[in-house]
Amino acid sequence: MDYGVSDPVGGRPRSPGQHRAIKILLAGGFGVGKTTLVGAVSEIRPLRTEEPLTEGSLRTDSTAGVEGKTTTTVAMDFGRISLRSDLVLYLFGTPGQQRFWFMWDELAIGALGAVVLADTRRLADSFPAIDYFERRQIPFIIALNCFDGARRYDTEDVRMALDLEPGLPIVLCDARSKESAKDVLIALVEHVLVTASEEPLSGIA
Amino acid sequence: MPSNDERWLDAEAGPVVRPYALTQGRTRHTGESFDLVATVMATQSAITDPGSLAPEHMSVLQLARAPTTVADIASDVDLPLGVVRIILADLRELGLVMIRTPVVMAERIDKHTLREVLNGLRGL
Repeated sequence: MDYGVSDPVGGRPRSPGQHRAIKILLAGGFGVGKTTLVGAVSEIRPLRTEEPLTEGSLRTDSTAGVEGKTTTTVAMDFGRISLRSDLVLYLFGTPGQQRFWFMWDELAIGALGAVVLADTRRLADSFPAIDYFERRQIPFIIALNCFDGARRYDTEDVRMALDLEPGLPIVLCDARSKESAKDVLIALVEHVLVTASEEPLSGIA
Repeated sequence: MPSNDERWLDAEAGPVVRPYALTQGRTRHTGESFDLVATVMATQSAITDPGSLAPEHMSVLQLARAPTTVADIASDVDLPLGVVRIILADLRELGLVMIRTPVVMAERIDKHTLREVLNGLRGL
């Protein structure tokens, strides 16, 4: 596909079209370690968006853990990793609650895939994110943040508890560690590659 | 019946109103929409009439002198994304910036790019 974007100056040697930006989403419940993980693997930067909350979104919002959060400022965890001069990975950590789906809808367009960061003590917090990515057929993996003191679970138990497909990767991680955070991203890209290979070539009617 | 929290939304909305004052109250930008990681680039190396632009528009334009993204700009100027989008659309309308969909957004990410990402990550 061509861009068809006309250059108003014409014939300039600068070619921003060569810049490739890859988006990866990081979703998960409140306090699960999204900020920590983005900070471990990239230079984390502030990014905020402001949206008026509708009455509807307030009503459907679960107040558990987000008491008093009627503010319309939504801070995202925004990380940037330069893989090559022309290839940059952008990480967007977004809150997991359903009321933030309006942000995900935009972030998800063209995204490579998503990581759902989960805490075994509060697995249910990752349900909305899993639902979201399954419904939109966005490839994702589960990363279990192994908090100090949290009981270690077998990944298959977690798979059952979250009702996940057999092939969906579940990785253990320590969101504070750069190597570990890197491994999570690698696991996602590998999963996307496998998924892409399995897809039938047909499908265009 | 709305709760007290809901009624107080207007008072809480203070921080929302101020940034949007920069956009003359507009909350939606004009023209074609653009992605968070769309590439932004100034079309001219110097502004002939700097006084004609609001300081925030100038700041955004300065950041776009080298190719950058909408998200990078929003982070650097520390303004909400919605506001930055409106400013960028204004600048685009004036012909001062180009906003391009990043290569990978135009179509699905191909395997070659995926492998490049994989290798890049492994090499970090």
